[in-house]
Amino acid sequence: MEAEAGGTERGRARDPRRALGRLVQAVLCSRGEANAVFDVLAALQSEDQEEIQEAVRACSRLFGALLERGELFVGQLPSEDMVMAGSQGAMRKYKVWMRHRYCSCCNRLGELLVHPTFQVKELALGTLMKFVQLEGAHPLEQPKWEGHYLFPRTLFRVVVGGLLSPTDDQSLLLSQFREYLEFDDVRYHTMQAASDAVAQVTNQQPEPPLTFWNNAFTLLCAVSLPLQEQDLSTFYVKHVELLDKWKVTHLREHRKVFQTMWLSFLKHKLPLSLYKKVLLVMHDSILPHLAQPTLMIDFLTSACDVGGAISLLALNGLFILIHKHNLEHPDFYRKLYGLLDPSIFHVKYRARFFHLADLFLSSSHLPAYLVAAFAKRLSRLALTAPPEALLMVLPFICNLLRRHPACRVLVHRPQGPELDSDPYDPEEEDPAQSRALESCLWELQTLQRHYHPEVSKAASVINQALSVPEVSIAPLLELTAYEVFEQDLKKKGPEPVPLEFIPAQGLLGRRDDLCAQFFTLS
Amino acid sequence: MGKARPRAARRPAPRAPAGARGSAARANPNPFEVKVNRQKFQILGRKARHDVGLPGVARARAIRKRTQTLLKEYKDRDKSNVFTDKRFGEYNSNISPEEKMMKRFALEQQRHHEKKSIYNLNEDEELTHYGQSLADIEKHNDIVDSDSDAEEQGTLSAELTAAHFGGRGLLHKKTSQQEGEEGGKPKSRKELIEELIAKSKQEKRERQAQREDALELTEKLDQDWKEIQTLLSHKTPKSEKREKKENPKPDAYDKMVRELGFEMKARPSNRRKPEEELAKEEQGRLRKLEAERLQRMLGKEDESVKKPKHMSADDLNDGFVLDKDDRRLLSYKDGKMNVEEGVHKELSRETGSHGNNEEESEEESGHPDSHSDLGPSAESGEEDEQPQREQGQTPGKRLRSDQHTPEAARAELPYIFAAPESYEELRSVLSGRSMEEQLLVVERIQKCNHPSLAVGNKEKLEKLFGFLLEYVGDLATSDPPDLKVIDKLVVQLYNLCQMFPESASSSMQFVLRDAMHEMEEMIETKGRAAFPGLDVLIYLKIVGLLFPTSDFRHPVVTPALMCLSQLLTKCPVLSLQDVVKGLFVCCLFLECVALSHRFIPEVINFLLGILYIATPNKQSQGSTLVHPFRALGKNSELLLVSDAEDVATWQRGSLPLHWASGPRAPTAAEANHTRLSCLAVCLALLRHCTVIYGTLPSFHAVTRPLQALLTQHLTDRSHPHELQELFQSTLAEMENQKQLYRPLLCEKSKPVPLKLFTPRLVKVLEFGRKQGSSKEEQERKRLIHKHKREFKGAVREIRKDNQFLARMQLSEIMERDAERKRRVKQLFNSLATQEGEWKALKRKKFKK
Repeated sequence: MEAEAGGTERGRARDPRRALGRLVQAVLCSRGEANAVFDVLAALQSEDQEEIQEAVRACSRLFGALLERGELFVGQLPSEDMVMAGSQGAMRKYKVWMRHRYCSCCNRLGELLVHPTFQVKELALGTLMKFVQLEGAHPLEQPKWEGHYLFPRTLFRVVVGGLLSPTDDQSLLLSQFREYLEFDDVRYHTMQAASDAVAQVTNQQPEPPLTFWNNAFTLLCAVSLPLQEQDLSTFYVKHVELLDKWKVTHLREHRKVFQTMWLSFLKHKLPLSLYKKVLLVMHDSILPHLAQPTLMIDFLTSACDVGGAISLLALNGLFILIHKHNLEHPDFYRKLYGLLDPSIFHVKYRARFFHLADLFLSSSHLPAYLVAAFAKRLSRLALTAPPEALLMVLPFICNLLRRHPACRVLVHRPQGPELDSDPYDPEEEDPAQSRALESCLWELQTLQRHYHPEVSKAASVINQALSVPEVSIAPLLELTAYEVFEQDLKKKGPEPVPLEFIPAQGLLGRRDDLCAQFFTLS
Repeated sequence: MGKARPRAARRPAPRAPAGARGSAARANPNPFEVKVNRQKFQILGRKARHDVGLPGVARARAIRKRTQTLLKEYKDRDKSNVFTDKRFGEYNSNISPEEKMMKRFALEQQRHHEKKSIYNLNEDEELTHYGQSLADIEKHNDIVDSDSDAEEQGTLSAELTAAHFGGRGLLHKKTSQQEGEEGGKPKSRKELIEELIAKSKQEKRERQAQREDALELTEKLDQDWKEIQTLLSHKTPKSEKREKKENPKPDAYDKMVRELGFEMKARPSNRRKPEEELAKEEQGRLRKLEAERLQRMLGKEDESVKKPKHMSADDLNDGFVLDKDDRRLLSYKDGKMNVEEGVHKELSRETGSHGNNEEESEEESGHPDSHSDLGPSAESGEEDEQPQREQGQTPGKRLRSDQHTPEAARAELPYIFAAPESYEELRSVLSGRSMEEQLLVVERIQKCNHPSLAVGNKEKLEKLFGFLLEYVGDLATSDPPDLKVIDKLVVQLYNLCQMFPESASSSMQFVLRDAMHEMEEMIETKGRAAFPGLDVLIYLKIVGLLFPTSDFRHPVVTPALMCLSQLLTKCPVLSLQDVVKGLFVCCLFLECVALSHRFIPEVINFLLGILYIATPNKQSQGSTLVHPFRALGKNSELLLVSDAEDVATWQRGSLPLHWASGPRAPTAAEANHTRLSCLAVCLALLRHCTVIYGTLPSFHAVTRPLQALLTQHLTDRSHPHELQELFQSTLAEMENQKQLYRPLLCEKSKPVPLKLFTPRLVKVLEFGRKQGSSKEEQERKRLIHKHKREFKGAVREIRKDNQFLARMQLSEIMERDAERKRRVKQLFNSLATQEGEWKALKRKKFKK
């Protein structure tokens, strides 16, 4: 029974292919058989995935050939009924009719881009892009003047719209699409179409689902502009010659479109996870390509005010704007100061944050009170940090002191009075008001008693006058506890390993040991 | 010998005048030909080799040499015929010149013997004696006054006589021929004599050395004998000697002798020390160990002060090294002793160690050479010392195990266990036995494989440590965890660790690495780790028991601390079990710094988190909370107890450790009680922290968030009375820690010394050598220098060769030109004469 069923299945699978092949052949051979197109299009609507694939292939062959032959109507498409009713020549009727079939085929393919099976999606995308290429080479609209740049925008919009589906996760398909983005014209039109699509979706739904944002972000991220001005000549649609007046050939125009695309994307309220992703790529794949990077100020400042990891990530972009584009941001260091809380030693972005903080505080023109406040705050926080973070933050603090000799009073105050309490105010948000310069880094003195030998050593540096050259913290940024552990294991100790000389009496030790006090075996 | 030398000196060398002439020429040169290299400074100890040069002589020599070699080559440059010396063995370097001469002579003789006329009997063959013609000797022109040495003739060696008679196995005829070529004959003779003298001296020296060796051997033998003699003072040396020489099978008598020999009777024993003295010694030992510990704690790496070898607590201070103890081993192998060792030892242990075990062990660890104390107790005389030593190593444990172990278990267990080769083997041996039996088995494995018994035992026991560790891990992960057995096994582990610190530390490190690796993997995949099983916690605890935790850096403890830190920072607290585990880890951590009072931020953070999850959620405290805890969320009220009844019925008690292991579903009331107990433990730990960290300079900065939370708890008032009190006292203690903030000061660094311009003086230890570098460097420099000089010399030689050749060529050309000129002149002359003659003829004709 089953074998038979399988057999018939296969037979059916083979049959449609042959049948479709015959139909396509018939349509291509004689115009009389044109009605067979309907059968092919009907197969596109099928439920069966194999059949759809066959149909897509057949369509691709059929309309590809028709496009090349020029058997599709060129120009503004009149409505079908009007033409059929009208008394124009049969040839024109045929072309208009065929063009309508082509349109419905394209629409259906666009719908197939959100088909549940990936093969179908992939095939549909491939076919659509093939049509884009052919249509670009044999435009379906009249050039308005000599050297008019034509690109099948409507068709391409269908493609991008399908890619930015609000319902399906298209990340796989987008990675397929990435290879088309190598072409300069495809990239240019993708950017245009993407901003349109985003605007369209957000108009329709006030709060689009997460999948849409993810798709959009993936697509937007995939777009990468060349940094240097070079001739943009790798085109997907083949042209006989590239004219200089076409916008597509200029990087400046690309940048403009790139900017509009990102701004139209970022002006919406993004989900939190996406926020982080955007900020992560902001400094190296968005900001350098914008025509006017200063337009990002609003976005970045608002991100900076969010707090936590997001503001941390926003700092980088903000710093680039301040550093390279003359942005005036009075509260920048105050915000940075506010970001320092115990969690920075435990978050994922620790290395990045300290790298940036090192960068921000590298200027020797910073006021001493500010640097002192940072040093004091960091050493306060160091009291809660794990050893791997301490190994990084202690040299960091020492570097600050090295860079700013005025801050050395923090570790060396010869004739200072003895105090009853620490003058530093940890609650104060303004580094200027924190009275850090009046304080000393007693925290480092505390950490000299840390249980880990390396930390203790690192903290003991302040006992001597600080050496002049700074210690590079770059190799320490990514230090993990596991690495520290491995280093400890590898370090050679004194040759006979020292042993405990008080003999063990049991698992929990003696009666006065802590474990024995609070825990029992049974 | 003594007379032979003056005679040789007296005898004038035949070719002396020629040598004298040469040396005279050298000694008295023409002052105009001498070039004196003036020395700037007289330096003591330096040999001046080139102070005087003879440039003319040197140049002449060089030219002569070149004419002999280079010029010859130059002249022969286009000639292809070769001169071959067909004399016998001329080009054979394997034959020594003497042999060569001999062969040539033999060939010559052969040629001579091919007589031209057979009948001529009077062939002129001269008879010789040692190369000198007999006819010459008969003439007595070279008188040897041999009468005086007539008696000594026999003592002279053949060579000597040969030398003195001047013969070298050659015929006189031959020597007279050779005399011309071989100018240095007298000299070579002198050399020969010198050689002879050297040879005889060497012989003498060898003989002396041999004698000395023999003497030494005898002495050594005597000494050995003496050693034994002291042992057997009343035995006759003769019998001992004989016994030593041949005893393939020891009979009763020999054995007796041996036994008596090993009995410690003859040696003076240390006196038995009174109690207070022993206590004092023990105290001194502990003080020394403590001092060492302190030094390591402070991280001072002063190797010179440190003793080379660490002394374990149970080291007997007797310099006992396991591998070298072969003498006692012998006493085992000896005939009677060669019984089953394990059984024997077990027996001896049982008989010998019951009564005065504790006392003995104290003595053992107290002072060196304590085995001599056993002298009086006669029955232990034949007992080996190993069991006692082990008793010393397990003072507390032995006593307990002896008391606890029922005799029945003892009886049914086999006495001998092979050391397990794999972990499975150990487990199969141990599994299914009761606790006492397991302990006994482990103990017996150790006994049977004591390193002094066989060579491979050390490795076996080292492995046993690893297996036991694994077994402990297995016990801890089993459900329910067999903590009692672990509790007892810890003692065994401690003993093994004391025996083999290296392997124990490496297997401990291995275990730790494993645990860390697992955690790291989990963090990488999930982003966070879960608290590990009880086994890891137990391992960490065992680390603290086996190794000194107060060291500044320790190869095992420091990684273990890192591991503990990871546990507290990376593992979020998700359940009550996690709280118990976390508190246990805190306990371990604080125990590790119990002596050194080092600061552990992680513990403070964790305890803060525990306090936090015991409060109802409030937004105010969120910012000070550190990583594994969240201000808000699912587990942010994990320890909050709201049931008033449970609060009322709660009794403070210890937390059972096995709660940390398996999943359990306690009733709500039980869970609430556990929560309160956890809170109590947390508070107690906080108080402990307050005590040990009170002196830290930033104590208040550390405890500020804690104080805030504690006050919040106090205002809550929902806690049981006992807890309330605990809260109050902890808070009060924290607030009472007054401290002064003394401003920080850097240590004064040494001022950088100014640059001084006095010359640097270097002691010259050896003249003529480049100073201040290593031997290799010197050698290298020397070679470079030599190469440079050789290279320069070679270049100079080549240049001179070229000059010489050029000169030769020039002279050749000149010669050729002169010859040509001469010929041309001659031609002209002849032509002129012809012309003259012709003209004369013409004139004559004309005149006619």
